[in-house]
Amino acid sequence: MTREDIRDWLAAWGERGDALRQRARRVRRRMALFLAILGPGLITSNVNNDAGGIYTYSLAGAQYGLAVLWALIPMGIALFVSEEMCARMGVVTGKGLSDLIREEFGFRVTFFVLVVVLLVNFGNVLAEFAGVASAMELFGVSKYFSVPLAAALVWLLVVRGSARRIEKIFMAGCLMYLAYVFSALLARPDWLRAALHLVPPVTRWVPHVRDIVTPVPLEPGYFLILAGLIGSTMAPWQHFYLQAAVVEKRVGPRQYRETRNDVMLGSITAMVIVFFIIVCTATTLHATGQRQITHAGDAAAALKPLAGAWSSALFAFGLLNASLFAASILPLSTAYVICEGLGFESGLDRKMREAPIFYGLYTALIVVGAALILIPGAPLVRISVLSQVANGLLLPFILTFVLLLVNRRDLMGEQVNSRTYNAVAWCTSLAMVALTLLLLYSSLLARSSGPSAALR
Amino acid sequence: MLHATELLGAKAYDPQGNFVGWVRELYIEPAEQANRIAWYLLERGRYRPWLVKYDQVAFVAPGTLKLNVDERQLIPYVPNEAWLALSKGLLDQQIIDIAGRKVVRVNDLDLAETTVLENGSVELRVTRVDVGLRGAARRLFQGLLPPGTIRRFQMNLPPRTILWEFVNLIEPDPMRRVRLRITHQKLARLHPADLADIMEKLSPAERQAIISTLDDQTAAEALAELDARLQAQIVEKMDPEKAADIIEEMDPDEAADLLADLSPETSEEVLEELPNEEAEGVRELLQFDENSAGGMMNTDFVYVGEDATRDEVLRWIKVQETPSDQLDTIFLIDSRAALSGAVSVGRLLLAEPAQPMRELKSEPLVSVPADAEDKQVIELFDKYNLRALAVVGEQGRPIGAITVDDVVGRLHRPS
Repeated sequence: MTREDIRDWLAAWGERGDALRQRARRVRRRMALFLAILGPGLITSNVNNDAGGIYTYSLAGAQYGLAVLWALIPMGIALFVSEEMCARMGVVTGKGLSDLIREEFGFRVTFFVLVVVLLVNFGNVLAEFAGVASAMELFGVSKYFSVPLAAALVWLLVVRGSARRIEKIFMAGCLMYLAYVFSALLARPDWLRAALHLVPPVTRWVPHVRDIVTPVPLEPGYFLILAGLIGSTMAPWQHFYLQAAVVEKRVGPRQYRETRNDVMLGSITAMVIVFFIIVCTATTLHATGQRQITHAGDAAAALKPLAGAWSSALFAFGLLNASLFAASILPLSTAYVICEGLGFESGLDRKMREAPIFYGLYTALIVVGAALILIPGAPLVRISVLSQVANGLLLPFILTFVLLLVNRRDLMGEQVNSRTYNAVAWCTSLAMVALTLLLLYSSLLARSSGPSAALR
Repeated sequence: MLHATELLGAKAYDPQGNFVGWVRELYIEPAEQANRIAWYLLERGRYRPWLVKYDQVAFVAPGTLKLNVDERQLIPYVPNEAWLALSKGLLDQQIIDIAGRKVVRVNDLDLAETTVLENGSVELRVTRVDVGLRGAARRLFQGLLPPGTIRRFQMNLPPRTILWEFVNLIEPDPMRRVRLRITHQKLARLHPADLADIMEKLSPAERQAIISTLDDQTAAEALAELDARLQAQIVEKMDPEKAADIIEEMDPDEAADLLADLSPETSEEVLEELPNEEAEGVRELLQFDENSAGGMMNTDFVYVGEDATRDEVLRWIKVQETPSDQLDTIFLIDSRAALSGAVSVGRLLLAEPAQPMRELKSEPLVSVPADAEDKQVIELFDKYNLRALAVVGEQGRPIGAITVDDVVGRLHRPS
């Protein structure tokens, strides 16, 4: 080989190296984009298993055992469908849900919708602080100390902009839900029975199945718990939050498939967690006759098969993590939704002077929420569960708006809803309305006990 | 002064005092007059809606409209694409406040009335756009409380309005934009960074509308201020020719960063549309890792022979079309074309006309190879308080320069 040959050979390798480097640069950017897109759905459903959620699922399992399981599959489908519609709207229009409601339905409608959303979200904020209070009480810390501290912490974290950075820590904390999986496994439930309870009640008239499966108890408390279950898995605020997150992540039509997978992953994860919490509490609490959950210690007992004496600590840790996670997102998201819908200046990049209503709302949600929890003798578990019921009652209205918007061809173009989607979503709305009426009717009938009797 | 809310839903009467219909919509005809309400849409039950022309109005007050003709002289409603509907197209929509440099949502419109002397008719003009609490209160209580009560109540609230002259409507449909005479000329006067902030607040279609109406240079500057993902999204949706026109106006390093984010096909299409010289430069830059000196540098830099005098250099720079941000530091090369020094613009200012550049060099001479890590680059800037740093290739020849804003941009970029 001559020197020229060697030089050419080296040059060729150099060129190849350049091409490779160029490609590597592209791939790395692609990966970063992909990771940035993967997330909103998963985060939304994890945030959604907040204090109110944990208590509602625990109470459902403790009170009615496996008899609530049949609702999970339809709920999972409805959850995916409703979340996917919002994500799709975010991708196509590039606008948040409250912006779209404002632009298409005018100021007054938006105002009333947002006032109700504010009230219901405030209930959820209360539930988060109730979660902090009861979790810390398990550690022996008084709520008069823990709640103000948590409120100050959350406020500062968010305003300083560091909440985003610790989001991953909170996500990691969500692994605590795995404790329910193991606890359920160790409690040795009858898995066949549990699986049979997953099918809708109609099939329970099949001869052999009938003998194994618990009949659905038609009473106010049961309807209340169902409404709470739906309200906590499909909270109205999470629809606003998810759509805003998709818009903010600038997901384009090209990356939409990834977002949809992410939403599906989130929905499935959420429902699997609910399944295990209910099976776990049904086996440990319901089966042993412990049907009421009045404070955190009762709910923590569900983790005894796994953690024994440590169950309280484990439960408290998980509850605290879930509460703080949601508390760092929910008040902020509420302030954004309200201010954007009504056209007030909003955003953490603005100074307090520039966006007084935004910061005022955000601060008020946290301060008033924390203050109400400090009232001596506040029924923490009941507050948590009722906030989820309120979510459930608001859901059909929000879904109606989503449906009206997502079927508008001038907004969505080719991406309007398919018939199946419409059918599922309308059914969900109607089911919620029916459930609400049933709840009212049955609690009127049983006026002596009332719906809240279920929570006493 | 009147407000659009007080007029929408108002009852219209003919000269004899007979009820004609409710005002449902107000139209501006931008081709005629930019802010005059040209048509009023009246509706009454199952009847076909009518249009009232601006010169058929005798009197307006909150909740009332009196015509100077009877209903037989009104013309039936036909949709017209060249009209701007105030209720449907402006209320509750987002607009750009040019003076405040931000995106705001319209709550209400302030209307001024003028009486035309010839026939005594009343014309209304949009003077201000209400984006504050007053407009919000009027929208909320309109029709629920008597107009007088609403007026008194809203006066207690702080006003927040924008002059109509400073309002820029956003219309994604190009055809309609022409018909409605919406231009974005006023936008081009904003600082590119403000323009980028505004675009971030808008939906993809609206962003596209704005970028497509800006001139190439403004578009390039605004685009460079946007985050990587938005840049890619916007460029992917443009036709490659237009994209190339805009990218040509960008600094080569910014262009390379942008092209690296595009899909390989689009990126190739755009490169083909670029003039050869430009495309070469960008292709070269594309080969460097984003986090290396090569990825940070710009190939548009100024270098002169070290024997040139100050005056020669100044004259030469003037004839070149060098972007002024590349003039902070002028690099020197020796007879072998290797980097031999750097002269800051300050020293150039103070130098004698005939002084050779060699005498103005800053000591020591610092440079980095193209594959140096960005961390090292930042350290050098910090240590020597540099404004610009030369990147050298084979035999010490300068191939590009990193300026201080490349470094600041990198330090500030949230990870």
